[in-house]
Amino acid sequence: MAHAEGHHAPAAAHGHAAAGEHKIEGQQHPLGIYFKIWGLLFVLSAASYAVDYFHVQGYLRWGLILVFMMLKAGLIVAVFMHMLWERLALVYAILLPPLLLLVLVAIGAFEADYTFLTRGTFFGPAEAAAPAVPKHK
Amino acid sequence: MTQPALASTGQPAPLAEGVQGIVADWSSDQRAFKNVPWGKAMMWIFLLSDTFIFSSFLISYMTVRMSTQAPWPNPSEVFALVIAGHSIPLILIAIMTFVLISSSGTMVLAVNYGYRKDRKMTFIFLIITAILGATFVGMQAFEWSKLIIEEGVRPWGNPMGAAQFGASFFMITGFHGTHVSIGVIFLIIVAIKVLRGDLDTQKPGFMTGRKGNYEMVETMGLYWHFVDLVWVFIFAVFYLW
Repeated sequence: MAHAEGHHAPAAAHGHAAAGEHKIEGQQHPLGIYFKIWGLLFVLSAASYAVDYFHVQGYLRWGLILVFMMLKAGLIVAVFMHMLWERLALVYAILLPPLLLLVLVAIGAFEADYTFLTRGTFFGPAEAAAPAVPKHK
Repeated sequence: MTQPALASTGQPAPLAEGVQGIVADWSSDQRAFKNVPWGKAMMWIFLLSDTFIFSSFLISYMTVRMSTQAPWPNPSEVFALVIAGHSIPLILIAIMTFVLISSSGTMVLAVNYGYRKDRKMTFIFLIITAILGATFVGMQAFEWSKLIIEEGVRPWGNPMGAAQFGASFFMITGFHGTHVSIGVIFLIIVAIKVLRGDLDTQKPGFMTGRKGNYEMVETMGLYWHFVDLVWVFIFAVFYLW
């Protein structure tokens, strides 16, 4: 594991990196960006709480919740977890596979709809089971 | 990236960027993940697998919630607290969210001071992160007790509506709480290592025997931010939906 403790001295000065090893780059960034993102995360959390507090309903509610969720997740991964500065080989290896989960979401949604309808047919209230008796609204 | 076989200057060739970089990294000898410590790459792989576990829970929750005929209990009311005579919806969860985000911020600072080899500040921020994490777990324990004892929520049923509510709630928040608790334990371990100077002297760890270095703090940070990240999704789809 010699490469894990690689020196940051210029490689030309001594033949340290002669084997073609690249130095480990620590993720050192100015504090300012962290404080900005931190603040933004607070604002976004407050905004998602406000959606519930002010009883926003319907598609607007779900849209806002999902937008705030994805923004927060993106900021955490990109800045706090330093994905913004990693090499693309790592970024794609980690961020692409979760897209497969969308397939699972779709399968789950189809199955849930089917179960819902089946339950309505077999375990539903009496009027669903006995259509012979006309029931007027 | 081609290795300069003849005119070697002792320096590695610069790494390619963009799509070419991806192809070069993945087809290269021995290491696909350049410029990152081994432990950090492996932590990312672990977090990827954990992503799939939590996603399975959340997607199962979606499935049972969509398929139930009974009305779903309104989380906004279930998790409301009466403070000074007013019932404030979801307030406990909101506070927990802010506690966890604060801990993510202090973790970032710990990583930053770690790379500056500032042992004292790194230790302080790691301990603050651990305290905030423990606070979060404490509030979760309070929430669970309130739900089990006062509201009568059980994994197999509850007085408010769909029986699947309890099963989803205990499974998802329980697994997340376990992650936070484990994180707190490891934060304390890393904090002690920092304070003792193990990371400066590259002392081998007691469990893995790997030499200490400040990249460990960042790897610890990745795990901690992931716990926060999962909470973002739980907060959105379980509590707010």
